[in-house]
Amino acid sequence: MHEFRFDPVPMPEAAQALRGEVRAFIAQEVAQGAFTPSRNSWSSFDADFSRKCGARGYIGMRWPKQYGGHERSALERYVVTEEMLAGGAPVGAHWIADRQSGNQILRYGSERAKRTILPKIAAGECFFSIGMSEPDSGSDLAAVRTRASKVDGGWSISGTKVWTSGAHQTHYLIALARTAPKEEDRHAGMTQFIVDLAQPGVSVRPIYNLYGGHDFNEVVFDGYFVPDDMVMGEPGMGWKLVTGELAFERSGPDRFLSTYQLLIESIRAVGTEPDARAANEIGRLVAHLATLRRMSISVAGMLERGEQPAVEAALVKDIGTAFEREIPETFRHLLATEPTLGEGTSYAELLGMTILRAPGFTIRGGTREILRGMIARGLGLR
Amino acid sequence: MSAMRNDLLKTVDRIFDEHCPKTVRASAEAGAWPAALWAALEEVGLDRAVLPEDAGGPGLDFEDAMFALRRSAYHAAPLPLAETLVAGRLLAAAGIAVPQGALTLAPVHAHDRFDFMQSATGVLLSGRAQRVPWGHVCTHAVVAGELGGKAVLGLVATAGAARGVEKNLAGEPRTLLEFAAAPLLACAPLAHAAARLYAEGALARSVQMAGALERTLEYSLQYANERVQFGRPIAKFQAIQHMLAQLAGQVAAASAAADAAVESSVAAPDEFAVAVAKSRTGEAAGKGAEIAHQVHGAMGYTREHNLHYSTRRLWSWRDEFGNETHWQSRLGRSIAAQGADALWPMLSRL
Repeated sequence: MHEFRFDPVPMPEAAQALRGEVRAFIAQEVAQGAFTPSRNSWSSFDADFSRKCGARGYIGMRWPKQYGGHERSALERYVVTEEMLAGGAPVGAHWIADRQSGNQILRYGSERAKRTILPKIAAGECFFSIGMSEPDSGSDLAAVRTRASKVDGGWSISGTKVWTSGAHQTHYLIALARTAPKEEDRHAGMTQFIVDLAQPGVSVRPIYNLYGGHDFNEVVFDGYFVPDDMVMGEPGMGWKLVTGELAFERSGPDRFLSTYQLLIESIRAVGTEPDARAANEIGRLVAHLATLRRMSISVAGMLERGEQPAVEAALVKDIGTAFEREIPETFRHLLATEPTLGEGTSYAELLGMTILRAPGFTIRGGTREILRGMIARGLGLR
Repeated sequence: MSAMRNDLLKTVDRIFDEHCPKTVRASAEAGAWPAALWAALEEVGLDRAVLPEDAGGPGLDFEDAMFALRRSAYHAAPLPLAETLVAGRLLAAAGIAVPQGALTLAPVHAHDRFDFMQSATGVLLSGRAQRVPWGHVCTHAVVAGELGGKAVLGLVATAGAARGVEKNLAGEPRTLLEFAAAPLLACAPLAHAAARLYAEGALARSVQMAGALERTLEYSLQYANERVQFGRPIAKFQAIQHMLAQLAGQVAAASAAADAAVESSVAAPDEFAVAVAKSRTGEAAGKGAEIAHQVHGAMGYTREHNLHYSTRRLWSWRDEFGNETHWQSRLGRSIAAQGADALWPMLSRL
């Protein structure tokens, strides 16, 4: 049986010093009116803020200096990400590139891809989307139908990606496409490609979400040309690459801090002398949060040691996203506020926005059902 | 896991495998003291695991001692090891020599208070304490309260003080102790003695629940893999797989919360971390036991299967030294009083 061990990871002093630095930076930005910290931190696109983060060395922190990185530890990166989220900073523009796409390029990209793209990501000037899901391929990622055929000097891609968050604002995505016909092993014959969204042959159309917001897109490829040196790894390795990429996506503090701003504002609204029920609920949520944070830091420690904690990451995401959804459900009872449609500038709007976004928390990055299947596999049941 | 921790694991597991079979657990519930098991623990010094070497301890650090306690709970050992360890730690903190044998603690109920009175011959103890763990079995109790407005810790003999024995759901004795001007064998000042005793107890129960939950998961995995229905092991059904995944999540969270509290409480209990741990492990105990029984079906509802030794402990321990509501409310009130903006600095301190 797989033993889930979330061993303690001591925070190095450098990480604690960095924490103070990031906190001061966020406080200064808020004081200068650069952003209001009650929005959806990692879904808020703010290119100016991303550039400032880049200039301060908060993006691509673990990457080699030769590619614009800062050669810092996984725990230092963890501290920066959690401080950004807790502070409600608008980190959405660079989030995907920093969390997963850049790591993929560093591990599997060509020298040209690494040289031309990574320094721009680290500078906070180059943003990515995720090109995995398709109309008939969501949880069952191996069912992708987007096809890439070999042509002179590269590949020609045709097909459709959906739920492509931010593709109307980002510069690139990493697309998973079928490069060989489906065989008995349905995980074979897929490849990841770096797609430059500014090139011809790819078009982006909005898919408005349930409250009318524009985050999702449909991305259509029609004979889009990718040069050979924008292939990730070897053709046919796509499945291995994409599962590795998902591990980066799952264990971080963004999987339990999505509704932290609502928690803070709710505690503020409850006031300094809560009644018995409110005290109990606040205490319960904080006990869950402190525990999740501990588990997530432990996963960061495993990444630091070069381990591949895919199952632990799935476990943190399963518990963490359930916790995110409990926050609005708890406080709507305690504060009896009627949730209001809007941008989140009042408590009622923040609550309303969170309720409307909540279904996504347990779907994006792998549904809870898929995660539980992975955990079950880790337990030796599948 | 460190090499030393691994050696400790082997030693502890060997003792429990040898001396804590089902027959010992069953007879302990009927009131028999598991003398051979206790002697085996004493032989390797586990009863004194939290004491420094110059006070007769075996040279383990606090985290190792709590790990040993966790394994004792994993094995559902019917002994006051948690109480003896907590008592020893409190006595050491107050500078009082630790007597031989199993020790207990009082008061363990939030509303019970002892009166401490200075007399010409020493300090006298009066009052009642409900549901003292193994109160009539342990020859000594560590008691906490106030003497002349100052927090003190004392040591008292329990002989003649028992007024009745109840059992918790696991069949562990919980004794009503009553003292009437009983002379303390020792008494010394200890900051916030009563609150500290309670928090130490909550920390120990959190660690024990993490151990019992670990066992509960193992039983459930084993049963799901062995039990065949509709022509295949029930572990192959997605519904069962998802239940077990959720159980694993509860077990992992309880474990992480208990570990964090132990690490922050090496010198003395860290109020925040202990409140988090007792709340989280208590919640996991209820939810985890529910899933484990559902997976086991009718078999888990029998005396015959071992699952109940773990789950009846979980259902008992979650309510001892403060249930989830007690600790969550304390945590919630403290957070609200400090204001919303103090929460993140508090969380990120750990």
